[in-house]
Amino acid sequence: MSIFASQQHGVVIDDIDARIEAQLEADRGKDLLRFSTAGSVDDGKSTLIGRLLYDSRNVYDDHVRAVTHNAAIDFAQLTDGLRAEREQGITIDVAYRYFSTAKRKFIIADTPGHEQYTRNMATGASTADVAIVLVDARKGILDQTRRHACIASLLGIPTVIAAVNKMDLVDFSQQVFEQHRRDLQSLAERLEIPELIAVPVSALEGDNIVNRSKRMPWYTGQSLLGLLETVPLAIERSHVALRFPVQRALRPHQDFRGFAGQIAAGTVRPGDEVVALPSGLRTRVRSITTWEGDLAEARAPQSVVLTLEDERDISRGEMIASASAPPHKTTRFEATVVWMQTKPLRPGATYLLKHTTQTVRASIVEIRSRIDMEHLGEAGAQQLALNDIGQVVIETSRPLLADIYRESRSTGSLILIDPADNATAGAAMIRVITDVVEGESSFARNTGALVTLGARQHIAAELEQALLDRGSLVLRTRSRAREALLAIASLGAVVLQESNATGPVLLSIADAEAAETHVLAAEQSDEIIYELQRLGAIPTGDPDNVHNTAR
Amino acid sequence: MTATVFADHPPTPKSLGVTPTASQRLNHIQLLEAESIHIIREVVTEFQNPVMLYSIGKDSSVMLRLAQKAFHPAPIPFPLLHIDTGYKFREMLEFRDRYTAELGVKLLIWRNEEALANGANPVQLGTQRCCGLLKTQALLDGLRAHGFDAAFGGARRDEEKSRAKERIFSFRDSAGQWDPKNQRPELWNLFNGRIGPRESIRVFPLSNWTELDIWHYIHLEKIPIVPLYLAKERRMLVRGDSLIPVEQPFVKGLPGEDQWVKCRLRSLGCSPCTGAIRSDADTVPKIIAELMEVRNSERANRIIDHDQDGSMEIKKREGYF
Repeated sequence: MSIFASQQHGVVIDDIDARIEAQLEADRGKDLLRFSTAGSVDDGKSTLIGRLLYDSRNVYDDHVRAVTHNAAIDFAQLTDGLRAEREQGITIDVAYRYFSTAKRKFIIADTPGHEQYTRNMATGASTADVAIVLVDARKGILDQTRRHACIASLLGIPTVIAAVNKMDLVDFSQQVFEQHRRDLQSLAERLEIPELIAVPVSALEGDNIVNRSKRMPWYTGQSLLGLLETVPLAIERSHVALRFPVQRALRPHQDFRGFAGQIAAGTVRPGDEVVALPSGLRTRVRSITTWEGDLAEARAPQSVVLTLEDERDISRGEMIASASAPPHKTTRFEATVVWMQTKPLRPGATYLLKHTTQTVRASIVEIRSRIDMEHLGEAGAQQLALNDIGQVVIETSRPLLADIYRESRSTGSLILIDPADNATAGAAMIRVITDVVEGESSFARNTGALVTLGARQHIAAELEQALLDRGSLVLRTRSRAREALLAIASLGAVVLQESNATGPVLLSIADAEAAETHVLAAEQSDEIIYELQRLGAIPTGDPDNVHNTAR
Repeated sequence: MTATVFADHPPTPKSLGVTPTASQRLNHIQLLEAESIHIIREVVTEFQNPVMLYSIGKDSSVMLRLAQKAFHPAPIPFPLLHIDTGYKFREMLEFRDRYTAELGVKLLIWRNEEALANGANPVQLGTQRCCGLLKTQALLDGLRAHGFDAAFGGARRDEEKSRAKERIFSFRDSAGQWDPKNQRPELWNLFNGRIGPRESIRVFPLSNWTELDIWHYIHLEKIPIVPLYLAKERRMLVRGDSLIPVEQPFVKGLPGEDQWVKCRLRSLGCSPCTGAIRSDADTVPKIIAELMEVRNSERANRIIDHDQDGSMEIKKREGYF
């Protein structure tokens, strides 16, 4: 449109620039679909992806040349990545691929099909809008087909496409395909997968991958690519109201106080009534600030800065949410856990838990069951081993502002981190939430901390007053008995240790096992309060709120 | 494109070429931008001392713009670090100094002075050892000297096969090395930023961007780029299909190789090791047009990636970006 307008005004436009401008405008209209693929070596999964990329003209000539032997293209090699897997002939991790067509841009999360790599499959599925599950036409549904479909279902992928591959090896038989299709439909019903579509394909020969196959005239549906181009994005199916986990408070000068974050669900407009949780502060959105200027509206998953009509502080880990339909506030819930660590998950174990923008301490209360992915049943379990999936009850040291995973992926998901080695030990999807009863104090669970201030007498005084105002238990001392002070801190107190020493402010949190010490760049008392909150040493929220909760 | 005016609100400013309305979906560039900004903000809140690796190239330029957007209206809360091998194009260094001064960001520069004093260059050492000293070693030394615990890099997964498996938060041990078999699983947008003493994280906010997305964004956002990306007549050594820039005294041609050619660079590295391509693309839209036509991947003209099969993976294990 802009091109014609310019020509009408007699402006000379370079042909190429004008043509490209039009193409770019078309490109800008495309959205972005993420899909996961899973399958083992023999399924021809790498061949399928290679074929999809090649037939949709998304492969570079130098890549094709590198994998062409005796004039035949090895499609599988177009997508296989690391040296180790070329040596072993298998895919060992999640590999991401990018391609686009005239209608859409795509990200493929390509994951292996081996049992020991359930964690990779879950990783690839966590952000996917669509899962492609491969079925060998000669073999039908195998254990691993059930496992892939089960993981897709647990990770909340709304659409599963079952590619019934190697149709060339069963003479493109409609009868064979129909049998598999019926089996797949009943599997989908059992797993409560909202939508399952079966497509007969031959990845090696290119049938029904990009172009409709002439050798299967009985199939009237779309090709695999045709389906991928038309399926709706997962986020468009979510109906949860505004969820805005605060990542960081921005205060560049006295006149601006904004809260940076990525909208996890819903939409927001200036004037909307919102609630800041867990404090419960109700206010309205004043503006949606971005680099481009203020917006009249923003929606998930945009990253923006919100300013509020109320001038109070909100810190990282808190959530700004729809006042009329807020999330649950919970310290106890049941979740489906995918275990990703060699050391098994056992009741009583404690982990760090990251949910939206807050990290809290969590303990495993109970393992209710382990899912048998091959037979799709559940059985009682004492522990979850590497690559197990099970139902687990978790308690947290501070409340999470959460939704059920099926309703909102980003506020229903969490990861468990092993405090011993910082490994990502597991991932979980919240299923059942027990709400915190208002008026019941939860801040006794905060960890307390030892703050080593050195010669900062002025800050010590300020901090002491600020913490007292918040209702915290405070001890200001010049004692050097670190162990004793840590023991006091571990009861939930904030111990302010002064001395004549210079050096940075240190913040130590005493755990059952060991103390962890953080070196703070902060020199202001409000920054130190922020760090104490961030690390779970004291409750979040402003002083008024703590007072209210205590009452 | 017509601007939509809300009935009850003043017109919205144009954002990424699209005015958001209640019925409109976010396009792929908006989705990528939102993801990158989220990543940059997570790092700044979870790490004590982050830095942004600034290579002066197109990807760095996009990353820098995203950092400005992430903290607007506050300034970028971390410095930039440029690993200067000593063999970067003159135009790159001029651009670096001018642009970073204009933005008012803090720029740190690190060079392996010892190796340079010993005359390290790719002709004398071979590309592998030269990169090892002037890039990988310099990077590790620079990060360690400043005590950075998180470093943003502009690498994209679509650049090279071993990068297709890279995490967004890529864990490095206390020697700065990467173990492709022992990576932290990364689910949803929940990044695990916990590290032990002397360990660090490399962060790739542009992981999911493609080369076309980068150019599209540069065009939309009018982001300044080094003029070497744009075609003009330049002095080159013409050797078979390769165009080798003449900037360093040790890059010498055979008789007849030294020619003036209309060409441009598709990615920027060190002048002796970065080939140019013949091109007439002297505007960003023309580059995009060329990109849509061209059938070679962008690193095909990087001499260093081809010294050995899987060479990028070896460099990455050792600590290279």
